[in-house]
Amino acid sequence: MTVVIAAHGLRKEFTVRVKAGRLRREKRVVAAVDGVDLRVERGEMLGYIGPNGAGKSTTLKMLTGILTPSAGEARVCGLVPVPQRTRLARRIGVVFGQRSQLWWDLPLRDSFDLLRHIYRVPAAEHAVRLARCRGLLDLDEFMDTPVRQLSLGQRMRGELTAALLHGPEVLFLDEPTIGLDVVSKQAVRSFLAELGASGDVTLVLTTHDLADIERLCQRLVVIDHGRVVHDGSIEALHARYGSRRRVVVDLDEPVGEPPEGAVVESDGRRLVFTVDGPVAPVIARLAALPALRDLTIVEPDIEDVVTRLYLSPDAP
Amino acid sequence: MLAVVKEGIGVDSVNATGRRGVHQNVVVSFRTFAAITGSGFRRYATYRQATFAGAFTNTVFGFLRCYVLLAVADATAQGLAGGYDRAQLATFVWVGQGLLAVVLLWGWTELADRIRTGDVAGDLLRPVNPVLSYLATDIGRAGHATLTRFIPPVVTGLIFFDMYLPRRWVTAPLFVVSIVLAVLACFACRYLVNASAYWLHDVRGPMIAWTLGSGVLAGLYFPLRFLPDWATLALWVGTPFPSLLQTPLDVVVERDPPVVQAGLVALQAVWVVLLLAACDRVQRRAERKLVIQGG
Repeated sequence: MTVVIAAHGLRKEFTVRVKAGRLRREKRVVAAVDGVDLRVERGEMLGYIGPNGAGKSTTLKMLTGILTPSAGEARVCGLVPVPQRTRLARRIGVVFGQRSQLWWDLPLRDSFDLLRHIYRVPAAEHAVRLARCRGLLDLDEFMDTPVRQLSLGQRMRGELTAALLHGPEVLFLDEPTIGLDVVSKQAVRSFLAELGASGDVTLVLTTHDLADIERLCQRLVVIDHGRVVHDGSIEALHARYGSRRRVVVDLDEPVGEPPEGAVVESDGRRLVFTVDGPVAPVIARLAALPALRDLTIVEPDIEDVVTRLYLSPDAP
Repeated sequence: MLAVVKEGIGVDSVNATGRRGVHQNVVVSFRTFAAITGSGFRRYATYRQATFAGAFTNTVFGFLRCYVLLAVADATAQGLAGGYDRAQLATFVWVGQGLLAVVLLWGWTELADRIRTGDVAGDLLRPVNPVLSYLATDIGRAGHATLTRFIPPVVTGLIFFDMYLPRRWVTAPLFVVSIVLAVLACFACRYLVNASAYWLHDVRGPMIAWTLGSGVLAGLYFPLRFLPDWATLALWVGTPFPSLLQTPLDVVVERDPPVVQAGLVALQAVWVVLLLAACDRVQRRAERKLVIQGG
C-alpha cells in the first residue's frame, strides 16, 4: 500500500501572553500539537478525534500546508506541505465545516466554474465530476443561487463538491457535519461513505459527532493535549478501555438468584449483564430461564468509551 | 496530452500532460487570471443598489468640491489656483470623483476580515498566489466600477460645468495607462494595510490612518499642486499617494508638458513595481508566522 500521509514528531507551539500583574504580561509557550506520529495509506478512511483544544484542527492545518510546524516533519502525497503548499493544493481537498471556501457573492455554478480555472482542470474532467456530484448531492435546485443565500446543508453540499472537482487524492474534512440537521448529516455521510468505498480518495475526518466516525471510519486516531492516545480500530478502542456488550433480559416474574454472570443492574424483572468475549454461551444460558420474556443485546456505545478516554487523567 | 477520465469523482483520472511549454503555461496562467478577474466583475455586479447609491453620493460630493475649488480660483488675480484654470479644476474634480471608485481608495477590508475570522485559510488552500488572486479580483472590480461609477459623475460634470477637454493626442493613452497603474498601486496599498491584520488581528487603527492619509495625500481633498513645490515633490517621489489619484488627474487636465506627463506616469510604474513586490514579501512573511484563527 502507498503511504499518502506521513508525519513524524509533528509539533506546533503557540506563544500566549498571560496577565501577570497590573501592567506586566508573561509569555507562555503552549504546545497545541506535541509530537504526533501518523501514517495513512491510500484509500483509508481515518477518524481523527479529540476534545476541544486537543490539536485536531492544528494538525490538519499543518498537513495541508497553511501552518508551519514548530518541529517534526510531514509529507502528504510525497510533498512537504508548507514549502510545497501550492503544488499540494492541487492534490488535496479540504472542507471546513465552520468556514466557507466558496465565493459568497457568486452562484454555486459560477464558483464551480471558477474552481475549474483555478485548479486548471480540463473541461471534460470537470463536467464528469460535477455531474456525478450533482446527482449524488442533489445540487440542481440551488446551482444558480448565490452562496450567501444557501442553507447550511446546501452550502455544505456545495463545499464538498468544490473540494472534489479537481480530483484530490486526499480529502481533509474538519467537522463537516457541524450544525447540520439529521437529514443533511445523513446525506453528507452517505456521500462520504460512497466516496470512501471507491478506495480512490483517502479521507481524514475530524468531528465531534461520533456517529460520523462509526458510519465512515475503519480507523480511529484519538488525540488529547496534542498527543495521540489511541490509534487503531473502534473495536480495538473498546477492547482497550474495557467497554463490553450488554445483554438486557426481561422476565415475567422476578428470579430469586440471578444467573451466573456480571450483573450490572437488577430490579427483579429486568437484568442487565455485561459480556466479555462471545455472547452466544451467555444467551444460551439465559434462554433456559423459565420466566424469560425478552432478551436484547446492546452494543457498546462509542460515546461512553470516548468520554472515558477524554476524562482519563492517565491516558497513555 | 493524454487525459483519461473515468466516471468517479476521486483520483480515478490520469492526466498525463507531459512537458508543457513555457508558452502554454503562460496561456493557462493568463486564463486563470482572466477567470478570476471575470469573477471579480460579477461579484461586484451583484450589488446594484450599492452601485447606484455610490455613484449618486460621489456625484453630490462632486458639486460641493467643484464649487469650493472654483471659488478658490475665482479669488485669485489670474483665475488660476495651483496652476489650474477653472475648466481644469472642474475636470480635476469630476474625473476625480469617478476615479475614486475605480481605484477604490476606501472601504476594502476583505482580506483583513478574512484574516481575523480565519477564512484566509481558504485562500491559502488554493493553488494560486494569494496576492495575484486578490489582484485579479480587484481588476475585475475596477472594470465594473469604470462602467458604473466612473461615467455618471463625469457626465454630470460635463452637463453642469465647463470642463477642460484634453487637446494632445498623447494624453489619451497616457491617461488610460495612468488609470491602470493607479488601480494597481491603490490595490497594493490597500493589500498592505489589510495585511497588517496578520500581525495585529484588528486593522481599525491602520485603516483609519490610511483613510485620513490617503484622502489628503492622494489629491482627493485638494490638488497637491496647491502645496509648496518642495512638499509636492517630496510627496510624489517619497510616497505612493500622488500615484493613486493626482497623477491620472494631472495627466488628463494636461497640467504639465508631455514630457512631465510621461515622467509622472513612469514614476507611477516604479511605485507599482515596488508596492507589488512589498505585497508579495509581506504575504510570504505572514504565511511563515500565520496563525489561522478559530478551530
